[in-house]
Amino acid sequence: MSLDKLKNRNVGVQNYKMLDLGHTPESGWGKFKQVLKRSVKLELFVGLKVTIREMFKALFMGEMHTVKYPFEKLPISPRYRAIHEMKRLLESGHYRCIGCGLCEKICISNCIKMDTRYDEEQRKEVSDYTINFGRCIFCGYCAEVCPELAIVHGGRYETASEQRASYSNFEDMLTPMDELMNQKEYPGFGAPTPVADKNIKKTPLAY
Amino acid sequence: MDGYIIATVIKAILILAVISALAGFGTYIERKILAFIQRRLGPMHVGPFGVLQIAADGIKLFTKEDFIPSGANKIVFMVAPIITAATAFIALAAVPLLPEFTLFGIDVKPIVSDMNIGILFVIAMMGVGLYGPLLAGMAQENKWGIIGSARTAIQFLSYEVVTGLSLLAPIMMVGSLSLIDFNTYQAGGIGHWIVWTQPVAFILFLISGFAETNRTPFDLLENEAEVISGYATEYSGMRWGMFFIGEYANMITIGFLASLIFLGGFNPLWIIPGGLAIILKVAFFFFLMLWVRSAWPHIRPDQLMWLCWKVLMPLAVINILITGLVMMA
Ligand code: SF4
Ligand code: SF4
Repeated sequence: MSLDKLKNRNVGVQNYKMLDLGHTPESGWGKFKQVLKRSVKLELFVGLKVTIREMFKALFMGEMHTVKYPFEKLPISPRYRAIHEMKRLLESGHYRCIGCGLCEKICISNCIKMDTRYDEEQRKEVSDYTINFGRCIFCGYCAEVCPELAIVHGGRYETASEQRASYSNFEDMLTPMDELMNQKEYPGFGAPTPVADKNIKKTPLAY
Repeated sequence: MDGYIIATVIKAILILAVISALAGFGTYIERKILAFIQRRLGPMHVGPFGVLQIAADGIKLFTKEDFIPSGANKIVFMVAPIITAATAFIALAAVPLLPEFTLFGIDVKPIVSDMNIGILFVIAMMGVGLYGPLLAGMAQENKWGIIGSARTAIQFLSYEVVTGLSLLAPIMMVGSLSLIDFNTYQAGGIGHWIVWTQPVAFILFLISGFAETNRTPFDLLENEAEVISGYATEYSGMRWGMFFIGEYANMITIGFLASLIFLGGFNPLWIIPGGLAIILKVAFFFFLMLWVRSAWPHIRPDQLMWLCWKVLMPLAVINILITGLVMMA
């Protein structure tokens, strides 16, 4: 299945067709006539035809439905809210998080815990940042509130773990330095819209 | 005489080994074909394309606990699966499986015993096989089992009449009950196949064959959706496995019967040698059973009785009458 099909949520645009079921015969004679008609029209063999057609489609036309799951995966929507990622600035490679604490504040299940301090240049740096994924409900509020697009949702949805409380540290979620060139922006919750540039207005000087 | 006994024993053992292996392989084929028809892959992970799945299943069946419920009638419970499996193989004794061939200078007839009542024997043995489910369902103290055996009785009473009557017309034409005679009767090529002169009998026999082997649309005996597993509810391990070896062996037998009686048996077909021809025919019938299973819904027990007694039996009798009239004229 291609991503386009997956993302097509326009329910109701499909062409539904009512089946012509006809009427149910009441009398014995009517039933007999129906049986006769169906036998002469060989309706049973239509069923056989359909099944064999599906078999040929599956075997020779590549329409097999099975996805051998751990080996093959279906694409998920880019807006899917899975395990969080921390992004870096592309220019410097420094992490984007400015330690504002908004995500910690908004998290409705209280699973983000962070601490900040001043580094030697008197800049705020994140000294401690953990998310308890045992509590996280993947609501996406943290990604939406983050002013720097620093915390976003990634695509890692296989989240089984051995214990109920499963923590992720800042470093675990941060894009590795050697992967920096492949870092992708998150198009989901909280991300700027494709037309964001057009909508930007200058701040009036009165402010 | 000694040679005859030795040859018969060897043939019996060979048939037992080959057909039970084929029955095991049949489960794999069934799963694969049903999967393809539903656009799935079926067993894939044990061995190449999942072929070794049968080995895995075999190990599972053999090592499972042989469980006998405390309220069950122990002896009957233990004997019932053996009846099904044994009669399925005994029935094959009168079926010629391949054309005669020569091996190390000895003429081999691939039939255990060419008795003069071949068809009668096969049909009778497959009928006796139904005692397996019947007794199994009653011996286990389980209401699903009882329903299963009640349905066995219903099914048995319904289709057995049709099987016999539908075969009567071809038997009248050939004038013999031996399956070998049926084969020689159709030796003249496709035009001489009995299916052309007896199409109604062929369809009736196929329908009752499906009922006989307990296949969809007549799989009332152990339909999971309705009666859990029917007669096999309390069975596990190899005893359960024996029921299914019996069922698959029966499917193969019905395939052989249908191809021998109606479709020219093991006579060479065009450029296909006789041995291959009959294997292809049996394979087709096996496939047909799986195909039908994937396509058609199954029917209620009362519908089965209605179908057999009110539709198929009159048709069979009329067919016999017409055959008789034509033969007299
Ligand atoms: S997704 Fe929701 S619950 Fe999870 S960390 Fe973000 S705000 Fe908290
Ligand atoms: S909201 Fe964003 S920038 Fe602020 S602390 Fe959280 S991750 Fe860092």
